[in-house]
Amino acid sequence: MVAAVAEAYRRDWAVVLSTTAQLTRDLDLAEEHTQDAYAQALQTWEATGIPDRPGAWLTTTARNRALDALRRDSVFRRRMPLLVTDETTRGPEDALDDDRLRLIFTCTHPALSTDAQVALTLRLVCGLSTPEVARAFLVPPATMAARITRAKKKIAAARIPYRVPGPDQLDERVSAVLEVVHLIFTTGHTAPFGADLVRRDLTDGAIGLARLLHLLMPTNAETTALLALLLLNAARQDTREADDGRLLLLSEQDRTRWDRRLIAEGQSLLTEALLRRPPTRYALQAAISALHAEAPSWADTDWEEIVSLYDLLLQLWPSPVVELNRAVAIGMRDGPRAGLDALTPLLADPALATYHYLSATRADFLRRLEHWPQAVTAYREALALTDNEVERTFLTERLSEVERNL
Amino acid sequence: MAKYMILIYGDAAQWDAMTEEQWQAHNAGHAAFAAKAGTRVLDGRQLENTPTATSLRADVHGQVHTTDGPFLETKEGIGGYYLLEASDLDEVLELAQLLPELNYTHSGLEIRPVVERG
Repeated sequence: MVAAVAEAYRRDWAVVLSTTAQLTRDLDLAEEHTQDAYAQALQTWEATGIPDRPGAWLTTTARNRALDALRRDSVFRRRMPLLVTDETTRGPEDALDDDRLRLIFTCTHPALSTDAQVALTLRLVCGLSTPEVARAFLVPPATMAARITRAKKKIAAARIPYRVPGPDQLDERVSAVLEVVHLIFTTGHTAPFGADLVRRDLTDGAIGLARLLHLLMPTNAETTALLALLLLNAARQDTREADDGRLLLLSEQDRTRWDRRLIAEGQSLLTEALLRRPPTRYALQAAISALHAEAPSWADTDWEEIVSLYDLLLQLWPSPVVELNRAVAIGMRDGPRAGLDALTPLLADPALATYHYLSATRADFLRRLEHWPQAVTAYREALALTDNEVERTFLTERLSEVERNL
Repeated sequence: MAKYMILIYGDAAQWDAMTEEQWQAHNAGHAAFAAKAGTRVLDGRQLENTPTATSLRADVHGQVHTTDGPFLETKEGIGGYYLLEASDLDEVLELAQLLPELNYTHSGLEIRPVVERG
């Protein structure tokens, strides 16, 4: 029973909450009634069995609770700022998907800070608890609760509409949504702090969101490309950590354990995204990921093609992080000397001053060139800059290996 | 419907340095905004520059002090405002795109919902 409710939680949370919000016109109340509906499911389903359509049961239950509360509190509510929604009244049956999109666009409105957008999306759309969201960003639960409350207050007081934006704004707003989804995935893919390398609740949440967006906007090429990128990266998730918890680089991973089903799905989505229009940033990133997924080994990767994809990506999305990855690919195509040269201009970039991958990449080139003292310095620098324990273990091992050659 | 205040911020020195043609283009921008917004504009004014401001502030003893200058001494001060009526924030954001202060990097807009009571 608990499993059935957990499954319904994962699958239907966003539908139940977004539909209820359309009725309550208050995100706090919608959240409360949604939670109550799940609590009631735990009891009722025990006695009556699991309904044929758990999502519809939960939505109806949450709606009825909301209607009761509305009747009870109508006087009090008149003084509260309400969510601005379109005044159309529709049944809950035909408008489910639309309501989830409304919720997503509201949570990622540009008038909210990025931190607030991510927190609201994780809490309201993915259904993570506030302590879970807090843990992802290493802030105390009370701080995260305050951040979420403040954001919900702003939505109500500034009247950020609960609405899917019109056609003239849609592309821009979809890009903002995708950025939030991408950020959630990358935060989970290499958790910035703590003992876990991967936070699966975050990566799964991001993939769930990307799948939903793709389902609702199947012809949006950028959405398709992002889903492809996430699936291709997630396919390698289980092989990034050795049994002893050590970080495994792409070059060391057991490629036979990569998830071929996810890779195939990612590749076909990528093909679809590339057919539709000139490649977007996510499509290029996905194409690079796909080349890695197809390669029989690290050495036998199509580095030529990967370097040219990074060249294209740099034009579309000039970023020092992309330049760093391009330098790694050049190092593989033309050797560590060329890689080190490609890296040199980045050393002065303030945006990368505390980016441990830069020091770690430089250390690796220096190690391969057998420039031992410089490699030691670079590994020590990388260690000083990372807080992820799995990565620290890896860097410490490399450091002692290099120190033995001094 | 709700009310919003658009506060126009900018560097007075840069506004003072504008040429006659630049002012004409600037005013045409405000006219375009007013035409598009129509009756949604409840009020809107340009303010004299911050050196003309007078500030009042009470100390811990309740003594009120009058000082010359704006309440906050910053490079960018309030140069004007609009009071608008709109159904939601997106409507205001769309209209505000027309304001000519967004053509310069020294000036910009702050949108604040007006508290409604009763």
